[in-house]
Amino acid sequence: MAVTIHIPTALRSYAGDNASVDVDGATVGDALSALTTQYPTLSKHLRTGDGKLRSFVNVYLGDEDIRYLDQEATAVSDGATLSIVPSIAGGW
Amino acid sequence: MTLRFHRAAYDAAAAHCEEGYPHEVTGLLAGDRSDWSVSAVIPLVNENTDNPARRYTVTAPAMMRAQRKITELGLEEVGYYHSHPKHPAQYSDEDRDKAWPNMAYPIFSVLEGAVANVRSWRLRDDRSAMDEEDIELIED
Repeated sequence: MAVTIHIPTALRSYAGDNASVDVDGATVGDALSALTTQYPTLSKHLRTGDGKLRSFVNVYLGDEDIRYLDQEATAVSDGATLSIVPSIAGGW
Repeated sequence: MTLRFHRAAYDAAAAHCEEGYPHEVTGLLAGDRSDWSVSAVIPLVNENTDNPARRYTVTAPAMMRAQRKITELGLEEVGYYHSHPKHPAQYSDEDRDKAWPNMAYPIFSVLEGAVANVRSWRLRDDRSAMDEEDIELIED
């Protein structure tokens, strides 16, 4: 399945300065793996050391947060659009 | 790197930080990434309810709305400001752990309700630390 992934401003320099990248994958996880295979330095900003998506990294399939779908196992159809959306957090 | 605040944007961020005291506040910096100038700020609601005096959170739906606003203004996302009420403008491990690269992170220290100091930080590529950058005020 051809999938378009929208890259947030913060991460574009790790993705060839692209605002979106087209990859192949049958699931959200496959598509994200294809993205980080193509652009390996993206990985540490998307995933923790044990491979989970960082808590402030949100992935939307169309308008739906994948947390409320089947997470990274969510199937994607041909032509689907994924968006990596930042949330922000911090404090002292 | 130098973060260049237009005066009106700086004043708006500082006023937001003081209004929110003693809670943390945050917002988006909008401007031009080619020279890291900030011409507008978009104040956001701190969604953290557990410990809003020491933590801030803004979830994806609010971020998407704010980013749409930035695009409508014809501007780019330059960074995120937040306040440290009753605390210095030094970044914390929590700030570093949750930070995005390629973004400016000015921290407004607010003491007794007034901004006392502002320092701006950037995450290193390897996420190991944040480095301080200069802040310049552009008087319009």
